[in-house]
Amino acid sequence: MTWSDWSEMQPLLSQACWDTLYMVGWSTLIAVVGGLPLGVLLVLTDRGGLLQNVIANRVIGQIVNIARSMPFIILMVALMGFTRWITGTTIGREAAIVPLAIGAIPFFARLVETAVREVDDGLVEAVQSMGGNTWTIVRKVLVPESLPSLISSTTTTIVALIGYSAMAGTVGAGGLGDIAIRYGYQRFETQLMWITVGVLAVVISVIQFAGDYAARALHRRGGRSGPAPRLRLLKTSTPTGKAG
Amino acid sequence: MITTTGLTKVYRTRGREVTALDGVDLHVREGEVYGVIGQSGAGKSSLIRCVNLLERPTAGTVTVAGQDLTALAGRGPRAGKELRRARSRIGMVFQHFNLLSSRTVKDNVELPLEILGTSGKERSRKALELLDLVGLAEKAGAYPAQLSGGQKQRVGIARALAGDPKVLLSDEATSALDPETTRSILHLLRDLNRQLGLTVLLITHEMDVVKSICDSAALMDRGRIVESGTVSEILATPGSELAAALFPVGGEASGSDRTVLDVTFHGEAATQPVVSQLSRTYNIDISILGAAIDTVGGLQIGRMRIELPGRYEDNVVPIGFLREQGLQIDVVGRPAGPAEESALVKDGAK
Repeated sequence: MTWSDWSEMQPLLSQACWDTLYMVGWSTLIAVVGGLPLGVLLVLTDRGGLLQNVIANRVIGQIVNIARSMPFIILMVALMGFTRWITGTTIGREAAIVPLAIGAIPFFARLVETAVREVDDGLVEAVQSMGGNTWTIVRKVLVPESLPSLISSTTTTIVALIGYSAMAGTVGAGGLGDIAIRYGYQRFETQLMWITVGVLAVVISVIQFAGDYAARALHRRGGRSGPAPRLRLLKTSTPTGKAG
Repeated sequence: MITTTGLTKVYRTRGREVTALDGVDLHVREGEVYGVIGQSGAGKSSLIRCVNLLERPTAGTVTVAGQDLTALAGRGPRAGKELRRARSRIGMVFQHFNLLSSRTVKDNVELPLEILGTSGKERSRKALELLDLVGLAEKAGAYPAQLSGGQKQRVGIARALAGDPKVLLSDEATSALDPETTRSILHLLRDLNRQLGLTVLLITHEMDVVKSICDSAALMDRGRIVESGTVSEILATPGSELAAALFPVGGEASGSDRTVLDVTFHGEAATQPVVSQLSRTYNIDISILGAAIDTVGGLQIGRMRIELPGRYEDNVVPIGFLREQGLQIDVVGRPAGPAEESALVKDGAK
């Protein structure tokens, strides 16, 4: 079987593309929903924070560190029991979403932490002086003021998840990375491998561009010039280069 | 309106203790503009933050509008409901404006009202009314980044007024602004003070601020209030550091047979042309070595250093004349001890 025929490659690629987007889309959503409160909590419980609680801060910080230090493939295996409990299976796209999301939550949480820490303390003080409580401060100051950074963080998370998703192929989840590894690397179908890598590059560029555009549009509203997009494109694409 | 008693704030960091406030007793009367001046590190910032309990005082009490805030604070590190409600009735403006960059000018002004739970329609009406009051009605839809420093501070003031406060705290509100803008912001604060009967407590390191809008002032140094009183009281205090800083006069005697006097004007006497009266009455030539005079609240206030020909002994009568006009006279170069002072008064009476 030769892969020079595009009509044979095309359905394989489009299915893979869809699988990747499906897995990454859901896991990003879960990562944002889980990581945002965790990241905010890391800032609030820190020394001098609004909900200062050194023990809670250490515990959350350690959990995040451990989860982040685990290689994704190990995490996937380690979570198999949990995955089966949630989805009823350990193979396929749905099964891959669980470890992807759980791997991305602490990753995103750290990015949120950095973004929220950048918010000027003066703004927090101003809202306190108006009689606002901690929840008001989170809702009206910390999150909206760090929104451009949070969007950049989400972009970075999506790109990292596309990288991780290549390994999801090992549980039969499919996806672009899986095609590149199975057909390209293991079967020496070099042409297909390069096409897959090309598709990945396009997907990542589009996501990065959209993310940068949104972040900069918000930044511009705030009047500050956004960070140089080119430089960030290079930096954030590196992990996928390795994975793909 | 604002009273602090024995206010003490001690910061503890890694076993080291820093006393920022050391038993501060402050009394701000209703409807006045009260300025606390001092160098950086004197404790001004801690003081103003203790007034609405953004900082918890280590000891002492704070009473604002008859309400003991320190009692409301409770034991925990977080502000309870009662304290938050009390804070919403105290406006505060900041040196760096502290406007939310993600909100428009109007939405920034609405923020305190959102916290108070005001309905959307009412919020909008109130915000526009306040923006009109500070002269920024046409900027309602702009983002803070599109405004100049002075405009940002006007938004900050409008926002501080949103909760209809009786008290406004101003934390170095003009320190990040140029002199021209500073004047216009001070003017605005003065107007608000008069129109709304707003009590203003401001901290600053700029003497000009105190001079141009304050009814009363206090000088802070190393966590203590060193001098305080109304501006004319301070001015009338012989040897007052604050008076010297507010109205600095310099100039040396041009010869040994000259008498140099510091004339302090405050109150009614300041409206009289005393120098030319003195000159005409005694037929003496008077040189003015230095003067710092301002019109505060419609009254001329300030100090002037003048030189009279002849030694002190020759000028006892003219000095007496000046004192009779209700002016405060300090003879430069003669330590004004009690004995000396009474001798002068006796001489002057002759």
